[in-house]
Amino acid sequence: MTILEKPKQTLHTKDPNASFLSYMHQWIATSDHKKLGVMYVTTGLLFFLIGGLEAAMMRWQLAWSGMDVVGPEEFNRLFTMHGTTMVFLVGMPILLGVANYLVPLMIGARDLAFPRLNAFGFWLFFFGGLLLYFSYFGAQGLYGMGSAPDVGWFAYAPLTERTFSRGHSTDYWILGIGISGFGSIATGINLITTILTMRCPGMSLMKMPLFVWLMFIDAILIMIAMPPLTAAQIMLLFDRWLGAHFFDTQGGGSAVLWQNLFWFFGHPEVYILILPAFAYVSEIIPVFSRKVIFGYPLMVAATIAIGFISLGVWVHHMFALGLSPMVNAIFMGSTMLIAVPTGIKMFNWIATLYGGRIRFQTPMLFSLGFLTQFLLGGLTGIMLAVVPFDWQVSDSYFVVGHFHYVLFGGLVFSIFAAIYYWMPKVTGRMLSETLGKWHFWLLFIGFNLTFGPMHVSGMLGMPRRIYTYHPDRGWELWNLLSSIGVLFQIAAILFFTYNVLNSLFKGKKAGDDPWDAWTLEWETTSPPPEYNFPEIPTVHSRRPLWDKKHPEDPDWKYE
Amino acid sequence: MTQATAKSMPSASTMEAPVAPRRNLNRGKLGMACLICSEITFFGTLLATYLFYIGRDISGPYPQDVLDISVAPMKVVFNSIFLLTSSIWIVLAVKALRKGRIKTFACWWLLTILFGVEFLVGTGMEWYGLIVDDGLTIRTNLFGSGFYTVVGFHAGHVCCGLILLTIIFILTLCGYMHKRHTHKVDMLSWYWHFVDGIWIAVFTIVYILGTA
Repeated sequence: MTILEKPKQTLHTKDPNASFLSYMHQWIATSDHKKLGVMYVTTGLLFFLIGGLEAAMMRWQLAWSGMDVVGPEEFNRLFTMHGTTMVFLVGMPILLGVANYLVPLMIGARDLAFPRLNAFGFWLFFFGGLLLYFSYFGAQGLYGMGSAPDVGWFAYAPLTERTFSRGHSTDYWILGIGISGFGSIATGINLITTILTMRCPGMSLMKMPLFVWLMFIDAILIMIAMPPLTAAQIMLLFDRWLGAHFFDTQGGGSAVLWQNLFWFFGHPEVYILILPAFAYVSEIIPVFSRKVIFGYPLMVAATIAIGFISLGVWVHHMFALGLSPMVNAIFMGSTMLIAVPTGIKMFNWIATLYGGRIRFQTPMLFSLGFLTQFLLGGLTGIMLAVVPFDWQVSDSYFVVGHFHYVLFGGLVFSIFAAIYYWMPKVTGRMLSETLGKWHFWLLFIGFNLTFGPMHVSGMLGMPRRIYTYHPDRGWELWNLLSSIGVLFQIAAILFFTYNVLNSLFKGKKAGDDPWDAWTLEWETTSPPPEYNFPEIPTVHSRRPLWDKKHPEDPDWKYE
Repeated sequence: MTQATAKSMPSASTMEAPVAPRRNLNRGKLGMACLICSEITFFGTLLATYLFYIGRDISGPYPQDVLDISVAPMKVVFNSIFLLTSSIWIVLAVKALRKGRIKTFACWWLLTILFGVEFLVGTGMEWYGLIVDDGLTIRTNLFGSGFYTVVGFHAGHVCCGLILLTIIFILTLCGYMHKRHTHKVDMLSWYWHFVDGIWIAVFTIVYILGTA
């Protein structure tokens, strides 16, 4: 069976004879899905630190009324860059990177369908991100005004028009996001093609791990939802550079159109970001409950339903705009409808936990953190779907609390779960459980302390994006609590960073299958060789490694 | 299957387990189909914007004055016929290649390129007329912004297609084309059909709905 010897390579050890330059060349010129996956996630985590620092600056400024840490202009740049970074330069690359690394391994393939397109996609993202951040130095423009973009992450027209946004900061926003968007589309297409054409023998669609199913739907959403943003950004660019009138309200253009186009991308984007979170926990929860995932076909159906419905809910971002009651009612309905498949998933995860022999290791802790916090974020989401309620709290800190519960409490927690779960496969070394638990509990406390009180300050009427507030509003306590939470989060991230660096060099050897898991990526060595599998595996069920470990009671008899 | 299951019960080597049959999807073609899907949403956005802005101009020239197909540019219809028929030639070209007739393939392929070039030249002449005679530029009004963006992006895609077609043609002249390349050439022809299909949508919206 093993024609090729398993090579003794790890991620960071290198041939002592090879120069630093040739080592770098190995990474920069690579088209290997695993190396690109690692590069995606590493870059994403670096941007996560930058985006986190921006958030910390804002929380410092808002800790008490009348603080003077940053001025109003700088504050505008901070929240714009924070939002843009977290969505486009943290969420997207990490989800694409993890998918890059794991999809071929999980379906028993040796690479993605188009390896060079994959490398191209990564470098587009990378330079798009650099371009966005270059605005801090290069966006002075002729007018000497503004540095980083300051128009908010959804860049509402007409404030992005030349008249109101002088200098080049908005152009950097358009180009940076546009370029990395092209990269995402390329990788999305790559993933779809890989999943449809390169599955190993025996792996029918309904035998794919749920991870692969979710990333498949995710890639379809990327393919459908990103181009409208690109088109809208190009129109904006034409407005700014060629004097077109698309969003120029004085020339008959429409600011509402920008909102429609942006959110037609923007809401599917939210699902593009959260489906991978579902993907990670759908793999982790069964393994750490020692049970098969509950209701696999229903999970698949719910995923497809979410994919479809997410394309038809975008107007709920615009309830306060004054569209007709009929339009609002329709989108209120569709928004509530999407809670149904999401609820199905929630119940299936809980049913998987039920009666399981749960192992509370770090990946599982983060997954459980995901479940609780995402549930809270989902519930406030349903509240916001109700038009009259939305009118009360629209654009307030309640909304900020809501989407951080979904994206931070949901996505980021699940990303950490994924890192603790799959990093032993990537580097061949375990992360420390003790440090991991510190990381989890500090982040859990810090997160809830920061974003929980935001619901209250929002209810009390605090609008988002203000750089300071008067002392007589009764917002100080809640803001102070939020800001104190940041300290816990910083401590948690320090624990995480130390844990990762420590494990890279001194971590316990992981072995091929440290969690006693069931999907194909655990069959090959850790880290996997260039060619992934010496021999392309054949699968008979959704848990090929279970079949292998338990030949007397294989899964395929029951599926 | 149940019998096989029963047989393999005791020692149960998984090798006897059922294996789902393999399907054969061409990955290049599937990738192209995905690209076309995302391009369709791209053009869909531009066209939706164009539709949204029909009749909202606050100053002329209006589409009724310069674009109405019953009045001025019959040449647009003429052009469109050229672009659309080029799709037929490319189908014939791929058919010839599939049968291994390289020379026939080259002829049809060249005809496709020429028809495509004619379309581009026609678009250029139309734009020249609009800019010089009618004074319509991208800055003039909403109609100008939308028109040049939509038609321009379509023409850009035609350009892109023509460059790819020309590369294939040069490869053919150098003698590199072979029957076994049919799949790849066919994939390219999908892109060309897509460019044609988008033109039908652009034509309907810009020249018919937009001038009504």
